[in-house]
Amino acid sequence: MSLTLTPTKPMNSTPGTLVVGLARIGYETRVYFRSPDTVFFTFLFPFIMLGIFTAAFSAGGNLGTNPDGTGGVSVGAYYLPGMLAAGMLLSGVQNLAMDIAGEKSDGTLKRLGGTPLSPISYFIGKIGQVFVTATLQAALLLLVARFALGIDLPAFGDRWLVFLWVFLLGVITSAFVGIALSAVPRSGKSANAVVIPIVLVLQFISGVYLQFGSLPDWMQNLASVFPLKWMAQGMRSVFLPDTFAAVEQNGVWDLTWVAVALGVWLVVGLALSLMTFRWIRRDA
Amino acid sequence: MTSPDPVVQVRNLHKSYGNLTAVAGVSFSIAAGETFALLGPNGAGKSTTIEILEGYRNRTGGEVSVLGVDPRHGALAWKSRLGIVLQTSSESGNVTVVEQLRHFAGFYSNPRDVDEVIDAAGLREKATTRISKLSGGQRRRVDVALGIIGRPELLFLDEPTTGFDPEARHQFWDLIRGLKAEGTTILLTTHYLDEAAQLGDRAGIIAGGQLIDIGSIGEIGGADARIPVVRWREPSGLFREERTTAPAQFVADLVAGGSGAEPVDLEVIRPSLEDVYLALVRKHEAALAPSAAAPSMSGAAAPQPHSTKGVPA
Repeated sequence: MSLTLTPTKPMNSTPGTLVVGLARIGYETRVYFRSPDTVFFTFLFPFIMLGIFTAAFSAGGNLGTNPDGTGGVSVGAYYLPGMLAAGMLLSGVQNLAMDIAGEKSDGTLKRLGGTPLSPISYFIGKIGQVFVTATLQAALLLLVARFALGIDLPAFGDRWLVFLWVFLLGVITSAFVGIALSAVPRSGKSANAVVIPIVLVLQFISGVYLQFGSLPDWMQNLASVFPLKWMAQGMRSVFLPDTFAAVEQNGVWDLTWVAVALGVWLVVGLALSLMTFRWIRRDA
Repeated sequence: MTSPDPVVQVRNLHKSYGNLTAVAGVSFSIAAGETFALLGPNGAGKSTTIEILEGYRNRTGGEVSVLGVDPRHGALAWKSRLGIVLQTSSESGNVTVVEQLRHFAGFYSNPRDVDEVIDAAGLREKATTRISKLSGGQRRRVDVALGIIGRPELLFLDEPTTGFDPEARHQFWDLIRGLKAEGTTILLTTHYLDEAAQLGDRAGIIAGGQLIDIGSIGEIGGADARIPVVRWREPSGLFREERTTAPAQFVADLVAGGSGAEPVDLEVIRPSLEDVYLALVRKHEAALAPSAAAPSMSGAAAPQPHSTKGVPA
């Protein structure tokens, strides 16, 4: 274990925040895919739910059909936008809230806090990881929908532009909300108990598992306070025929409000992240 | 040791948690290139002190300077000059040793060569193994490797060899000697007093949040504490011990007194750092005992943190 000493090299300049942040994205993404629990409960979960819903309810025929029984969309096609939205929520909120709470309690953050790693680089790594994994997840969901379930996807055009901004805004908002939420659990072990119920309840009331139009008004109003409802609504506007807009809360897709609600949550999530994030609980 | 520019300077350091006092007026300094061992029972205030120096904890009172900077305001450039080996780690470890070292090397402006550090830490065979698959001692080597990857000027080692087998400990000592030769300043805490004796230039002994003695490894505890002990067995089978500054003369007299017979199980014992340390800590605890209203706290298992209210001088 003796140290062969190389002569001290001249001082290089300090590695840039962005360069280190990009390196963190690669590192974080690698770690993500090596954690079986995370891969199952955040990455694969929407695929499993889409499969279950398709298998369970397809016998009932298409949804949103005309009075004569024609038209409408298949069960799989109906649930696809909700599963895309759920994927965004899981990849951001559930993944980061549990991941960072775990890193806080297992000493990872304490170790990093003793190095010259900038918290900004750390954030870039986390958000980049969410972005990379959520993008892969969405792309795979679309491939499965198209080729395994035979769902027709929109033609190239405006709808995909909407998809792009809803996805980007939703994923980044989700990531910040996840970082903010990671401050709540007192330990890594309690992170499950704090995060899972929130994420699960949101999925039920926001139109992911249950048809949003069939929920009572008070539940729709409650869901409107949180970002998932708006992600799901934005995604429905991309993948469902315009006739489905009639069953939305206001009878229209309301894309402006999708942008406003997600924008507000992005700012709130970012502010809370900056206010609450610490490498360690000082003087705990 | 009176260098005008110590790497670490601690004056009258205080730290309390609520009304519990963990550190009560500790002062010491560490010169450039020196290895300083901070020793003491569990809960004596060692880790609190070291974490204040590392910038992890705020102090309640006193002055602290580390590499010329108050750790409360240590920026990233300051952190890049430190190497920190923390006491515990339980990270998930879903990366290999070489991946982890390469990644951490990227945080520093002038890191050591990753392969060199892997060899130095004795991790060559485990380089491409995930950290989660390593044994406790091997994980500790990774901790040490991560602590030195940034070519630190000041290295904090908080109980670095816990879980090492004897051979690994000796290899670790060689590694640290290499760092010392390179001029690295080291602050070491350890429960292995032989380790402190092997590596340390000076030691401070902390108990109940106070520094009870400080000095070079060869002198700490005072000359009296180092008087050799002659130990032998009487023909009756009884062990006898005698402290004497002239052990050779004593043994000669012993042999002469026994009509030239060889004394059985004869030993001349020079008190080790461990003996000196234990004597100092026991003395400190004995001084505390009369005033303690609570039942007696024994030895190294004293609860943490000590309340130092009403401690007699």
